[in-house]
Amino acid sequence: MPTPTKGPRLGGSPAHERLILANLSTSLFEHGRITTTETKAKRLRPLAERLITFAKKGDLSARRRVLTVVRDKGVVHTLFTEIAPAMAERNGGYTRITKIGTRKGDNAPMAVIELVTEPVSPKQAVVKEATKAAEKAAPVTEAPVEDAPVEDAPAEDVTDAPVEDAAEAPAEDAAEKKATKKGKKEA
Amino acid sequence: MAVPKRKMSRSNTRARRSQWKTTAATLTTCPQCQGNKLPHTACPTCGTYKGRTYRDALKTVHAG
Repeated sequence: MPTPTKGPRLGGSPAHERLILANLSTSLFEHGRITTTETKAKRLRPLAERLITFAKKGDLSARRRVLTVVRDKGVVHTLFTEIAPAMAERNGGYTRITKIGTRKGDNAPMAVIELVTEPVSPKQAVVKEATKAAEKAAPVTEAPVEDAPVEDAPAEDVTDAPVEDAAEAPAEDAAEKKATKKGKKEA
Repeated sequence: MAVPKRKMSRSNTRARRSQWKTTAATLTTCPQCQGNKLPHTACPTCGTYKGRTYRDALKTVHAG
């Protein structure tokens, strides 16, 4: 069984839906930012991002696959020569949808979908590295630390444990704090 | 095809419709202009969302 399309259906027929999405993506790459209904924006996002991924590959076969959706050669040219290099640093998330309230005539929720042109913030890379490092460090530090407070707890008072913590805290991980908490509970 | 046998009385119609209720929209304060706005939506008075400006969000007709 084929996987059903994610999100609501558009238009009156599959061909109509394909045309709507193709026209929306063409306009998006032409203008960089378009205003449409929330529903259409949500359906457009995965298609537009896939087309940008093709554009980043940049070879002839990718260009032909994009041309099956975006029929305008001029727009495809800008996609491959201007948009794709601008997205070189970015791994996905090339478009952004912002809700802007409802339309006057039919009260339809509207949204702006736009290409993300801001440079990739260095913060994202740092956060990724930090989380990876924490994951790596966590299992190693946990094992020896867990033993220590458990041994101490029955023999000594609870007051001793926090004092040790305060000295060690700045140097060590959150994983250790968890371990010490366990020790306190047992005590 | 199954159809109602009797006309529904005004009383019954109105009793059913008495349950139609509206709820007040949840509102948040715009950090830019302190005006009311829907959450997760660009502000309809100043058109900003997370420091970016969306002119399309500006309401001229329904302003105020």
